[in-house]
Amino acid sequence: MGKTFTTPKALSKTHTHYCPGCTHGIVHRLVAEAIDDLGIQGKTVGIAPVGCAVLAYNYFDCDFQEAAHGRAPAMATGIKRVRPDLMVFTYQGDGDLASIGMGEIIHAANRGEKFTTIFINNAIYGMTGGQMAPTTMGGQRATTAPAGRNTADTGMPLRMANLLGELVTPGYITRQAVLKPQQVNKAKKAIKQAFQYQMEDRCFSFVEVVSTCPTNWGMTPLDALKWAEETLLPYYELGDYKVPEEIDS
Amino acid sequence: MAKVLMKGNEAIGEAAIRAGCKNYFAYPITPQSEVAEYLVKRLPEEGGVFLQGESEVAVGYMIFGASAAGERVMTTSSSPGISLMGEAISYIAAAQCPAVFVNIVRGGPGLGGILPSQGDYFQAVKGGGHGDYHLLVMAPDGVQEAVEMTMQAFSLAEKYRGPVMIMGDGLIGQMMEPVEFPDDLKTEPTNKDDWATNGMNSRNSKQRNLVKSLFLDPTALNDNNLALKAKYAQMKKEEVRFELYNGDTDYQVLITSYGTMSRVCRTAIDQLKEAGIEVAMLRPKTLFPFPEKAVFEAACKDSCKAVISIEMSMGQMVEDVERCVKGRRPVAFYGECGGDIPSPEKIIDIIKGLL
Repeated sequence: MGKTFTTPKALSKTHTHYCPGCTHGIVHRLVAEAIDDLGIQGKTVGIAPVGCAVLAYNYFDCDFQEAAHGRAPAMATGIKRVRPDLMVFTYQGDGDLASIGMGEIIHAANRGEKFTTIFINNAIYGMTGGQMAPTTMGGQRATTAPAGRNTADTGMPLRMANLLGELVTPGYITRQAVLKPQQVNKAKKAIKQAFQYQMEDRCFSFVEVVSTCPTNWGMTPLDALKWAEETLLPYYELGDYKVPEEIDS
Repeated sequence: MAKVLMKGNEAIGEAAIRAGCKNYFAYPITPQSEVAEYLVKRLPEEGGVFLQGESEVAVGYMIFGASAAGERVMTTSSSPGISLMGEAISYIAAAQCPAVFVNIVRGGPGLGGILPSQGDYFQAVKGGGHGDYHLLVMAPDGVQEAVEMTMQAFSLAEKYRGPVMIMGDGLIGQMMEPVEFPDDLKTEPTNKDDWATNGMNSRNSKQRNLVKSLFLDPTALNDNNLALKAKYAQMKKEEVRFELYNGDTDYQVLITSYGTMSRVCRTAIDQLKEAGIEVAMLRPKTLFPFPEKAVFEAACKDSCKAVISIEMSMGQMVEDVERCVKGRRPVAFYGECGGDIPSPEKIIDIIKGLL
């Protein structure tokens, strides 16, 4: 029997700083596997956000830029417009993309910029220590919502894939999760598909990944997976929110 | 090459193309929107990239991304827009990427007005964004100089791997003057393979490049800031530019003035000369690096009794003038802002008051 599992070439051989039970590591690997599968490591430029994944460039072995908080889609636009031959992806969390970077993501998606965004939705700010995010669930506790998020005061959690799916501009907008092995396999397919659409110069592609943050949720990794399954998935429904029209080959 | 009559904003756009810049991102704002309206037509003819961003905040990062990918790139804006780009400018300086920013200054603070002003001197020279950085800032006094400085800005940005700013004002952007585009100011882009994130294949390398501004290790951050400081020291040695007008006379007063304001001062100096009063003007062409030694020496000439900084602001460059004069002569200030440019007659009255 041959080798069935190996470290992707597009990942650096180093340990990450992510907390035990955090799903960033899984998503990093899925992105790196997609880069390997498509043979694009040498022409890929990643863009790191501000948040837990700011150091993502330490874990990927390809060119990388580090953005300011929320601005990754604007940087990706700049790169892709002047070098359309490069493969460009942003890797952003929910504070970065859905709060301070809302303007940049909406407009990049609406212009149909031909890059790929990987959006980690774990319903909380991670790096700054568990503050309320736009994606935090009603009643969910955060350091800036110690009694639980009061949606009457702060609004309902933002559903980014649903929102971007409403844009008229063509795109590939999907929401995936990495809470179970089957979901990981589907997420991998979606991420690879997103890069493929970019390779074909088709459209903007966006993969939201429902993830966990055991540390800031105050849960064990296993409890976090269970809570995400029971609490996040009914609200953040998985599936494709927009797919580009088929092209006859 | 024959001269052509062009509006300042359009000439700046053409100058960028002639300098070999084919990438422009911008957001509309008065009084410089003509740059975008010109380049949206011209860049496609050159196979270039034009994009109107959704905000100056986003445009700042489009510039950052394009520059980090190794391409020459420019944006133009005006004061409130430059404030919004301040965040990106700080990141670009920290990450050491070449980029050209043009500020066609209007009155402020706040929404201010749309008429010419020099109220952004502090923003351009002392900061604007956060942290320890400087821009190389050039201040043209007319359309021809705006063209030349814009053309030079790209190679200077590459030489120092950092952001360069052209600080004009609404008058320079809006007025028409005959200009030429000197061919010898066109330069080839430098090779950026040792740092740019242009894709490993583009440079036949297995070594990836990283463009970033986060240095969590205090020693690493200090080292990065020392590297920036060394560049600013080199600029102070190699890039100081200024003009001394009527400086070979036994002038009694030294004016310091730049940009549009210096043109009015020049007229006042000529008229005073006819009346038998000699006045000189030290006009910085680079606001950073500031012509420190030249200001000191011009102020300390035996015949010179006083120095006066005349600006379209409430007193900004005058602080640098005072710093350079080191108390050797009294330093006065006169300024107006809000859009009215002081007249030669007004300046003559002010100068006579100093004598």
